[in-house]
Amino acid sequence: MRLPRDLHPVAWWTWAIGLVVGASCTTNPFVLALMLAVASLTVLTCRSDQPWARSFRLYLWLGLTVVLVRVLFRIVLGGDAPGHVLFTLPEIPLPHVVAGISLLGDFTREELLWAVYEGSRLAAILIAIGAANALANPKRLMKSLPPALYEVGTAMTVAISVVPQLADSARRVRAAQQLRGGPTGRFRRTRGVRRILVPILEDSFERSLALAAGMDARGYGRTGELTARQRRSTGALMIVGLLGVCAGVYALLDGTTPRFLALPMLALGTSAALAGFMLAGRRVRRTRYRPDRWRLPEISVALSGVATGAGLWTVQRWDPAVAHPGVTAVPEVSLLAVAAVLVGLLPVWMAPPPMTAQRRGTAAEVVAPRSVGEAVTAR
Amino acid sequence: MMELRDITFRYDDDTTRVLDHVELTVENGELVVLAGPTGAGKSTLLAVVAGLVPAFTGGTLTGDVVLDGESVIDRPARERAHTVGYVGQNPPAWFVTDTVEEELAFGMEQLGLPAPTMRRRVEETLDLLGIADLRHRDLRTLSGGQQQRVAIGSVLTAHPRLLVLDEPTSALDPTAAEDVLATLARLVHDLGVSVLVAEHRLERVVPFADRLCLLGADPARPGTLRVGDPGEILQDASIAPPIVELGRLAGWQPLPLTVRDARRLAGPLKARLAAVVPDETVADPAPGQQLRQVRRGPVAETRRLSVAYGRTPAVREVDLTLHAGTVTALMGRNGAGKSTLMWALQGRHRPVGGRVRVAGADPGSLRPEQRRATTGLVPQSPADLLYLETVREECEAADRTAHAEPGTCGGLLDRLAPGVEPDQHPRDLSEGQRLALAVAVVLTARPRLLLLDEPTRGLDYPAKRQLAKILRELAVEPEAERAVLIATHDVEFVAQVADDLVVLAEGEVVSSGPVAHAITESPAFAPQVTKVLGPGWLRVEDVAAALAAPEVVR
Repeated sequence: MRLPRDLHPVAWWTWAIGLVVGASCTTNPFVLALMLAVASLTVLTCRSDQPWARSFRLYLWLGLTVVLVRVLFRIVLGGDAPGHVLFTLPEIPLPHVVAGISLLGDFTREELLWAVYEGSRLAAILIAIGAANALANPKRLMKSLPPALYEVGTAMTVAISVVPQLADSARRVRAAQQLRGGPTGRFRRTRGVRRILVPILEDSFERSLALAAGMDARGYGRTGELTARQRRSTGALMIVGLLGVCAGVYALLDGTTPRFLALPMLALGTSAALAGFMLAGRRVRRTRYRPDRWRLPEISVALSGVATGAGLWTVQRWDPAVAHPGVTAVPEVSLLAVAAVLVGLLPVWMAPPPMTAQRRGTAAEVVAPRSVGEAVTAR
Repeated sequence: MMELRDITFRYDDDTTRVLDHVELTVENGELVVLAGPTGAGKSTLLAVVAGLVPAFTGGTLTGDVVLDGESVIDRPARERAHTVGYVGQNPPAWFVTDTVEEELAFGMEQLGLPAPTMRRRVEETLDLLGIADLRHRDLRTLSGGQQQRVAIGSVLTAHPRLLVLDEPTSALDPTAAEDVLATLARLVHDLGVSVLVAEHRLERVVPFADRLCLLGADPARPGTLRVGDPGEILQDASIAPPIVELGRLAGWQPLPLTVRDARRLAGPLKARLAAVVPDETVADPAPGQQLRQVRRGPVAETRRLSVAYGRTPAVREVDLTLHAGTVTALMGRNGAGKSTLMWALQGRHRPVGGRVRVAGADPGSLRPEQRRATTGLVPQSPADLLYLETVREECEAADRTAHAEPGTCGGLLDRLAPGVEPDQHPRDLSEGQRLALAVAVVLTARPRLLLLDEPTRGLDYPAKRQLAKILRELAVEPEAERAVLIATHDVEFVAQVADDLVVLAEGEVVSSGPVAHAITESPAFAPQVTKVLGPGWLRVEDVAAALAAPEVVR
């Protein structure tokens, strides 16, 4: 039996990026629709009851909006593509300078299909990212950063938690300010902003100072025994690595630079940076409470995403007719394409059941009823 | 194990020493209580021990802090984290993560403990503090007492030898406060942890104390520290819990520090009181006695009032009548609906059922400026009301918006807190002065109903007595009688200030009536004098008056 637990967030992101790569390789509406179904099914079975798990619906709406906007643009700026005319709008003639673009005019079935295909590719990419967002615990993702980046990760986690606090204090201050009258006269507006902002800023300033003091008092940022030489060598490695990576990327993208600057330089830079990271990581004497581990489910979930990406890339490479079907005939699908997408459904069986309040069986009575209601409406 | 040697601290722009040659030794397994008037520098002293002063405040610190024979004064707070566990005021502002379990583990992660050790210690700490059922909860959804216990747990997991706590119970209701203090006593007993705790409300913490330190006892040299046995120090300290004052009055030796001790000594005093005081006076010694006659009909009234957030009811079918000239206290657990009820009376929260009448109108249907003229509410953090640079500007703005005569607010402030510099920044005022300023600003609109949400936070005994006196004066002010409603956790303050008491639980009124009655009905809310002398006696002043009165008559 698979015990309920949270899957490693990096595994979910690898899976989702595989789906993103796959989606970007095809405009075949059937393949994309299948992928949408795979992503939705995975989210519905594997997501937990945490707040971020509810964000998936938002991404679905975003995907739909993308398709609609795409179609709308096509209607307004449609080219003069020949084909079956669906409806005709009065064309607005444009000056000669912008030849090739026409406003309104005939709208053909081919144009519609083209817009929908293109739109659904982008929508599928967005929805795959949304799936990762809903499935992976963002805070644990920060915690999976390499030790050298630990401090950055903690700072970001804290920054995320500041937003709701800010909203809280804004609400409190607004309510309190109503208790005394506001300024009157000509500059009422600007002064009104000030009387809300000043207490909120003072409040958040005090809060951050308190938080900093609290983190300090609990040992955040302990350096341990670190000699000046070690520190210098770590810094030097990081800077050399960064420069190497920059030069390498530039050379790789600019064909005119000498070739030895491209891949070799990139490799050199990356390895220098990695060495710096490891050095920095070794001096960090910090540990993780309940670290996420890579086990069989993690590996298989990640691999399933990679397989989807690789499969669809292969389809695009060797079978472009399936990957990018024309708009004149019904798109065909190949066995490989369908199989590649369906591999992405593996997490439904491989991933452990998510941790929910009910499964914990502890006093989370506030969360449980709401999440049940949420799940029902989502389905 | 911890020693402060000749610690002197002052801020750079100020010549007075906040701490003046302070010497203090905390032994292993000792619970030391730090007391002192508001603003005496208790928090500063604790932060010096933790290493946060002067790093986070600026200022000059001289002397030495010695932990286990090693000078640590030059080490920052983070390098002391494994020995000193520091819990500051207002724990929610200190939480780094957002679930209980992660918060408990945070400190250990910083210390680099191996994962199995962390796991074990988290479990132990959850059990030790009795918060195992909260382990996955979001920290912001916890009640005040639970948050405080999580904050203590989050430093305990690092196994510090010394625990430093800054007013751990100031925001808690009596029961939650007892819980937290009992937890501390247990830690001292079971684990041998040393505890240094600053506290305003001594009545609860003194029974647990091995030694008491009094900061600012000497008015000539405010930064000095007096250390000694609690009974000895409290003989003549200006800051003393009611039970000690009662003991001084009755001349008990040694001074009783717990209700139990006092009860054993109270026999003769009880007999004397019974002899000199006729029963009918005892029946209602509350200050409201004379006031009852001047009651002039209700200022505010609720009938079956219900208020809800979304679908969660916060106040259920509450009937409440507030009369002009009376002070009513509102008590109940954290989250019992006290604040919600106040905001409903103010008109911001619309009722989902029942009705509210304030000065003959439904406050929800009034415009904001009309609401201000009928109801004045001082919220939990009075600083939210203030946004200008000087006290004078605040007062002038209040006069303008209330269309009051210039100087009204300033005059009120002078009465409430004499001696506030008009050019001071409101943030630089002491807690009590800032509260007074907020009250003055709100009162400038001459409301007939005054609501105060937790006004006693951070006030010492003299300041609370002063506040009680002012509130009583405001209530019975000739020509402008007001109804005053105070939400508070402070039983002793209620005994001093209130005529009536309303106790809320889960949004429902569980008891209401004159203070003397309501308090005898719920023993958890009884003030110390009642606990010692039995029902009818609320305040030391009443006892003193009763003892003095017959002599005058004779």
